[in-house]
Amino acid sequence: MGSIFSRILGRLWGDKEVRILILGLDGAGKTTILYRLQVGEVVTTIPTIGFNVETVQYKNIKFQVWDLGGQTSIRPYWRCYYANTDAVIYVVDSVDRDRVSTAKEELMAMLEEDELKDASLLVFANKQDMAGAMTSAEVSDALGLSTLMNRQWSIYKTSAVKGEGLTEGLDWLINIMQK
Amino acid sequence: MSYSKRDEDSGRIGYHHYFDKTTVLQEARVFNESPINARKCRALLTKILYLISLGETFGTTEATELFFSVTKLFQSKDSALRQMVYLVIKELSTVAEDVIMVTSSLMKDMQPTSEVMYRANAIRVLRKITDASMLQGLERFLKAAIVDKNAKVSSAALVSSYHLYGIAKEVVKRWANEAQEAINAKPPSAVSAATSYMTSFGNVPAAYTAVSNSNIVQYHALGLLYAIRQKDRMAVNKLVQAYAARSGMSGSVLRSPFAQCLLVRYACKVMEEDPSSTRAVYELLEGWLRHKSEMVNLEAAKAICEIKDASAKELFPAVTTLQNFLSSGKPSIKFAAIRALNKLAMTKPAAVAPCNIDMENMITDQNRSISTFAITTLLKTGNEASVERLMKQISGFMSEITDESKVLVVEAVGSLCIKFPAKHHVMLSFLSGALRDDGGYDFKRAVVDAIFNFVKYIPESKEAALSHLCEIIEDCEYSKLSVKILHLLGVEGPKCPQPTKYIRYIYNRVILENAVVRGAAVSALAKFGVNVEDEAVKQSVKVLLSRCLDDADDEVRDRATMYLNVIKSGDEKGYVKDDSTYALAYLERQLLAYVSNPEAADAPFDLTSVPKISRQEEQERGAQEQSAVAQSLGGGSISPPASSSNGGAGSRPSATTAPSLDQQAIYAQKLSEVSEFTSFGPLFKSSAKPVELTEAETEYVVSCVKHVFAHHVVFQFNIRNTINDTVLEDVNVLMTAESDDVSLVEVAIIPAPQLAYDVPGTAYVAFERTILEEYPECTFSSVLKFIAKDCDPTSGEPDEEGFEDEYQVEEVSLAIGDFVLPSYIPSFNKGWEDLGAEFEVVETLALTASPGIQEACNDIIALLGMQALENSGAVQGSNVHTMVLSGIFIGGIRVLARCRMTYDSSTGVTLQLAIRSANEEVSQVLIGAIA
Repeated sequence: MGSIFSRILGRLWGDKEVRILILGLDGAGKTTILYRLQVGEVVTTIPTIGFNVETVQYKNIKFQVWDLGGQTSIRPYWRCYYANTDAVIYVVDSVDRDRVSTAKEELMAMLEEDELKDASLLVFANKQDMAGAMTSAEVSDALGLSTLMNRQWSIYKTSAVKGEGLTEGLDWLINIMQK
Repeated sequence: MSYSKRDEDSGRIGYHHYFDKTTVLQEARVFNESPINARKCRALLTKILYLISLGETFGTTEATELFFSVTKLFQSKDSALRQMVYLVIKELSTVAEDVIMVTSSLMKDMQPTSEVMYRANAIRVLRKITDASMLQGLERFLKAAIVDKNAKVSSAALVSSYHLYGIAKEVVKRWANEAQEAINAKPPSAVSAATSYMTSFGNVPAAYTAVSNSNIVQYHALGLLYAIRQKDRMAVNKLVQAYAARSGMSGSVLRSPFAQCLLVRYACKVMEEDPSSTRAVYELLEGWLRHKSEMVNLEAAKAICEIKDASAKELFPAVTTLQNFLSSGKPSIKFAAIRALNKLAMTKPAAVAPCNIDMENMITDQNRSISTFAITTLLKTGNEASVERLMKQISGFMSEITDESKVLVVEAVGSLCIKFPAKHHVMLSFLSGALRDDGGYDFKRAVVDAIFNFVKYIPESKEAALSHLCEIIEDCEYSKLSVKILHLLGVEGPKCPQPTKYIRYIYNRVILENAVVRGAAVSALAKFGVNVEDEAVKQSVKVLLSRCLDDADDEVRDRATMYLNVIKSGDEKGYVKDDSTYALAYLERQLLAYVSNPEAADAPFDLTSVPKISRQEEQERGAQEQSAVAQSLGGGSISPPASSSNGGAGSRPSATTAPSLDQQAIYAQKLSEVSEFTSFGPLFKSSAKPVELTEAETEYVVSCVKHVFAHHVVFQFNIRNTINDTVLEDVNVLMTAESDDVSLVEVAIIPAPQLAYDVPGTAYVAFERTILEEYPECTFSSVLKFIAKDCDPTSGEPDEEGFEDEYQVEEVSLAIGDFVLPSYIPSFNKGWEDLGAEFEVVETLALTASPGIQEACNDIIALLGMQALENSGAVQGSNVHTMVLSGIFIGGIRVLARCRMTYDSSTGVTLQLAIRSANEEVSQVLIGAIA
């Protein structure tokens, strides 16, 4: 049975992997999300100087996931990795209200890039396990998602540490791409 | 070996010849494709590396773009591709910007969970892209990697640490324990497919699972350990002792012969820095001659040969070892041995002589490098009888060897001329024969230099050598050499019985050569015109020179015009025969000071304050620099000393100025590094020799050097702490003038911050001369003041608490002589007349203290700080003597002194001292120095 499914899916997707960028400010939890998706565990991370790239298998689909460092000094290099991107996962630290405006600026600047004009946007309002976290509606407002035109987007509240909300987000991505 | 290599190269060129940088950069798009075609990408990366290896350079933008495309390949799990990625990033890391972008990826690859190939290479790349600020974050991982069980990982980490030591000493210093652990680690037990260390690149992945047993880790670890400790002599000593002691037993810690070789070198360093350890180190070296590895034996033998004052007995075991290697089956061992012997033969031919028979057999060795060394060594060790035979043998294959080897042979022959002057015919004809061979500039220059040696050292060969030189310039493609030869012909030719025959060769150059050579030829001709007594020759030189007046080149015309006028006016002494030259080191320093000081640019550069020296001294100085070479020339006994031709006995005193001026340049450099002294302007004079202020065996050995600036005087105290286990801190020197009315004000005391055991340090005290017209003579009592701290005898760490202490040293005095620079002038009488008697001061003194005229002369030179001219500093044994002196007083005032002395056994030496200068006060001050 599985082989039949994979044949059908294979026809849908070709051999091509889905290329996904995980972006967001430093300390938002991008690397933790990446490895939670890949190995299903919480690994200890250090600030990413540069990027991590891993292949994630989910529901018979291969995702090629690029986790780019979020520090101010590294953000300028995000654009080097925009080409051929199918979707962007934008991770926001829901507790960090002070910097949510910075997160918005970076997001908007990124979405203006020509190379990303066909990429879908999935926002993770992360760190929902912590006290005082903004709700997904609050985050959505703060980022100004409702103003986006010509863009497939969605927002999910997640907790990378507890593993909540991540699969739902990916399900949405698969769904949107198969259309 | 070399052939197969070349074929491989040319083959590769054939394969890749159709691509260049532009196409490669265009093709780099494949890196962005998804999914990645690993094979294609790998091929392209290979092309990039190939281009870089050919010397192709990438601009910053190109390299950065390329780098970012390459980073995308990290998504591929293909290990062969990843290997190439590492290599390319390493190459690009120096050109591209923002290479830190791969830091996280590399750190992931170096984790213990990764494949060994990934780990080792990732570490090596990481060190290329990282900097001191990021090292803190890497420290934990690198430390773990150093002690990793896998040799490849450990080696990579050690080598990277070694490189990082240069940019972050403090961080890497903390890894010494790990490095030590890496040395001491047990050898890996599971050894099946032992792969050598080199295979960590470019081999099939399967090899990475194999465990290496090459022990190369020890080599790298020892290197790092030494790098960390090299500044600390005691620690290096301990390092050597520790590993040397254990290497004596069967289960030695250092299993790697490479590491053992390093240890040999470090042992030599210990010996170099601490001569007292020579004995102990020699014993170690001697033991290593019997080590089971040939490499170690060679290294130890070489080290013994390089001990400067090794006795024949000490050299013997090393030479025997090398001798055994001469019959080795491996060409590399043979070559290394003969090369070491060749070097030893330069200084101690007798020690190498026992190997003569072995070396004779090697003359016909099919490896030309080996046979060349064998012959040149034999030339040094052999006797007069064998020379001719050897020469013939070399001529046989001169054309087959490389230029470098030819130079070796020619130098050996050139030095041989001094040893066997009787054979100069054979050697000269060999050299001139060699000149007809093809060869580059270096080779030809070596031949010309060798012939110059003949002219210089073997008077009987002079004419033959000169005529060989004449032939050379007839057909010489190198203008530089022609100029050199023409100059020598100009100097030596006029002294020969038949000067006219050289004139013809020289004038031919004027007709046939380029402007540079023509200019040199004109100068040479002029020397004949001036120096040859025969009027007919003078006349013909004039005719030749007047023909040069129509030359196309300005310089040649100018020279001809000038020389013609000089010959006509008869004022030859001042120009062509002037044998004085400026002390170049001093002049250079003054010019540098002048250029770097913008205020000084208002006034023209003052050349009068630069001391002059004679050409002879200049040459002697050059000779000193080449003293090592000179020693090899005579095999330890130079028969005709360089100065004997025109100096006669006792030209020595004049030679003291030149070296002291060199020494002064070193002082000036050191002083300019002290910020307090930068405003003092250029250094005028440093006292020639440090004055010892203590006995040699006291707790603290102190000596003093005086430096005189235009308005300041700086006393430099060199202090050495000879007490083991104490450290002195904040060492000040307090100086108190004996008399109160001295116009000197202390402006700075600069302490030596720390004096460890046996490490010399320097403290300074600076005074300003408040009244410039006074040249204070004064004696100072000096006391060292410091904080002494005891050291822990085991760890060598100084205690926290110290105690203050003082130490009295002998008095230092400042004299008039410190304000005078010795300076050479070509003719004392002319200078004396030029200055005139206007400011002459004459005084007659009885020097009752002097036991003889020679002693009196020495005292006067020391007191006045001037230079004796015309060899008058040495007394010729009579009871009457006149010494003439020249110097430059501070402020650039020329001073001359004439000392007439008589000696009578009842009254001692009576001196009539006359001093002339351009300033009466100066004359008075100088007279005061003696009276």
